[in-house]
Amino acid sequence: MSLTDQLLAQNSVQLDSKIPAGPMADKWNTYKADMKLVNPNNKRKFKVIVVGTGLAGASAAATLAELGYQVDAFTFHDSARRAHSIAAQGGINGAKNYKGDGDSIHRLFYDTVKGGDFRAREANVHRLAENSVDIIDQMVAQGVPFAREYGGLLDNRSFGGAQVSRTFYARGQTGQQLLLGAYQQFSRQVGLGGIRLFNRTELVDVVVIDGRAAGIVVRDLVTGEVTSHSAHAVVLATGGYGNVFFLSTNAMACNVTAAWRAHRKGALFANPCYTQIHPTCIPQSDESQSKLTLMSESLRNDGRVWVPTNPDETRPAHEIPESERDYYLERLYPSFGNLAPRDISSRAAKRAVDKGLGVGAKKNGVYLDFSDAIKRLGREVVEERYGNLFEMYERIAGENPYDTPMRIYPASHYTMGGLWVDYELMTNIPGLYAAGEANFSDHGANRLGASALMQGLSDGYFVLPYTIGNYLAPLLNKPVPGTDHPEFKAAETAAKERFAGYLAVGGTKSPDFFHRELGKIIWDYCGMERTEQGLEKALSEIPALYEEFKKDLRVTGDAEGLNQTLEKAGRVDDFFQLGMLMCKDALDRKESCGGHFRAEYQTDDGEALRDDVNFCHVSAWQWGGDPMKPVLNVEKLEFEEVHLATRSYK
Amino acid sequence: MSNTIKNITLKVWRQAGPTAQGYFETHSIPEITDEASFLEMLDILNDRLVTEGKEAIVFDHDCREGICGTCSLMIDGQAHGPQRGTATCQLHMRKFSDGDSITIEPWRASAFPLIKDLMVDRSAFDRIIESGGYITAETGGAPDANLIPIAKPIADAAMDSAECIGCGACVAACPNGAANLFTAAKVAHLNRLPQGQAERYSRVESMVETMDEYFGSCTNHGECEAACPKEISIDVIALMHKDYRKAKFANRKDLARS
Repeated sequence: MSLTDQLLAQNSVQLDSKIPAGPMADKWNTYKADMKLVNPNNKRKFKVIVVGTGLAGASAAATLAELGYQVDAFTFHDSARRAHSIAAQGGINGAKNYKGDGDSIHRLFYDTVKGGDFRAREANVHRLAENSVDIIDQMVAQGVPFAREYGGLLDNRSFGGAQVSRTFYARGQTGQQLLLGAYQQFSRQVGLGGIRLFNRTELVDVVVIDGRAAGIVVRDLVTGEVTSHSAHAVVLATGGYGNVFFLSTNAMACNVTAAWRAHRKGALFANPCYTQIHPTCIPQSDESQSKLTLMSESLRNDGRVWVPTNPDETRPAHEIPESERDYYLERLYPSFGNLAPRDISSRAAKRAVDKGLGVGAKKNGVYLDFSDAIKRLGREVVEERYGNLFEMYERIAGENPYDTPMRIYPASHYTMGGLWVDYELMTNIPGLYAAGEANFSDHGANRLGASALMQGLSDGYFVLPYTIGNYLAPLLNKPVPGTDHPEFKAAETAAKERFAGYLAVGGTKSPDFFHRELGKIIWDYCGMERTEQGLEKALSEIPALYEEFKKDLRVTGDAEGLNQTLEKAGRVDDFFQLGMLMCKDALDRKESCGGHFRAEYQTDDGEALRDDVNFCHVSAWQWGGDPMKPVLNVEKLEFEEVHLATRSYK
Repeated sequence: MSNTIKNITLKVWRQAGPTAQGYFETHSIPEITDEASFLEMLDILNDRLVTEGKEAIVFDHDCREGICGTCSLMIDGQAHGPQRGTATCQLHMRKFSDGDSITIEPWRASAFPLIKDLMVDRSAFDRIIESGGYITAETGGAPDANLIPIAKPIADAAMDSAECIGCGACVAACPNGAANLFTAAKVAHLNRLPQGQAERYSRVESMVETMDEYFGSCTNHGECEAACPKEISIDVIALMHKDYRKAKFANRKDLARS
């Protein structure tokens, strides 16, 4: 009996993924044909809370409001336009086959399942690929200024892990333009009264009554006031947890709190060890650095990655002759070359730097060189394609990439793990949904480039508006618990006490200090390469540091007003608890797949070695009352359409 | 190669709340690497303040990649500081020298009420977008994306103004506290595109009139363009005025018909 089946028999929570029957290509249409509907005039009787206003949240809130539901939207930013979706640079995939290069929904589906190292749920991925086509139409209708050819038609480029050009882009600011499109549609509904917007308001707890999501408790970041909000359904579109590493390409405020608070209330957290380390970020320059900056993967379309062959090389890049350069991606993965997927490219860079071949003052990067592209295409074309990225690099690194190759190194960028959801994007708590990066469902163990924007918009525009109706229809005219229910009051009290607790410690170190230290442990032992010994070390060091956090934290100011130090303390607390779960999950998964690379499980040439007999499952963890004692549940992954194969990009 | 910058003096605006008395507080930064960003310098200072039991300086920031538009500091009287086309978060200490004294203030404009220290409320921008800064295209039913070809120069020009990050530097830099560059950037983005034509005149009319409820009037100083981290050209303001003037006629005719 395989480990997966043994674990399945021991599940404490029955995980029903609710995948519709029938052939893969028909499942979503079958679902839509069979789902329950809410009459247009009855939709206004339902209230839906949407937390987060990034691509998934804004698009869900806007669409639900258009349909007629009452929507309350919450963001901790000052405006719905600030969410971190805005920072995505390279593009969004859409299986339009506008280039006539053989793309199709099936191919995008296959590439995504393969790119995820066969650890995603097939049916969800197929739906994502189907929706990708509608997303492009929808965003163009809204006026998103995608790049165009001279004839006026849309332009495409290619991205890692794909051999077709299916990526739509708006210079190096695709995320910005898509988010602004969704934000504008969202704002229209705010203006029309379909959405009530609560800005500078952070979720501090999720309330579950009689087994259903009943609402949320929030803290007004300006006044410090803690209040309750009830609804028929709650959507968490609150992003990923990459900031657990402290240094990441996430925005400073990105955090796991909403997902973690839901987890503590019973929602299962799936595959937390699947984190993506993006290969092309600007290397760390000094100890005080607060975040890392991504350089779009699209740069690998024209940039060539290399390191000098001599570890003692001291010459500037342009003086190193061709014969003394190792274009290692082109050498190791000839068919994909510089466009090998992210996990593979990242590990290859790490191996080069670990061998002492790194470049730059700290020898902590590899070159991404555009000199051939400039020779081939001319500086003007390169500037047209990547001008704003080159400027950004120069501002941060102080070097001009037209003359000197960029220096890049992998950094934490995206988290594939997240709240467990079924086919309807509902967590195991009825009425509680998770969308976008906050859920786990579509990317398996590794996400392909230009797929995060696609997933956020697919969930928000084309999945939730259908599936939420299916949940709400039977609840028509049934009363829901109000905010005067004792569970809301208890959650408010607990939240207030938690914040008062941080203020009362009166220690000597700031929340940032602990976050940085936590991040170092996670990066060292649960980063690009993991080992049993390292993870065990992390699992002894994190609880010790967490104890110190509880005894020696210092938060100044008070809870009755704006206090950014206090906000940070709450987020770091949740990162500590998540960090323990991440390491547990990584220790538990005795195989290598995608972003989860266990050094013990690799092929002779250093590639990830999966164990499809024992680990072809989703690890969905249940809160066990103590962050060190989570309870494992599994969902077996069944592949109907795609054959499990060793992922090769050679 | 990194170098160390020594003896920076900061004069930082502190204000406990909208109605409290504000004042400048002086802090010294004995040394800092020139690789650090301006906001990392403030992080280090805040860490020190918290460790000493003092309240951290409140400032808005998030992506630190110059794209979210959250950061908003007036540095030595310049919105986002001395480097052209650069948001505060992308400003690095290598732009400063040993012994510099740097004054840090919040955006100052009556439409952006102060919340605390260096943080202001820019919600008035959202009100402008809510009044018409969109193309009505409800989810579902959109035609194929390639159905309407858009000439590349038009798509590029729309993109130029769509790059606005909504930071508010234009308002902070304007002696009148006007939001014409912000509003016009959105008008120019949407009104240039074929998809935006159906609502072209109703859009500009309601956006301009909402803008006028909150913000001062434009008198063509051009400070906004100089302060804009995305270097959006004030040409968009001319386009907005032209469309607004036309809208006053076009919309009146439409109203008469209905």
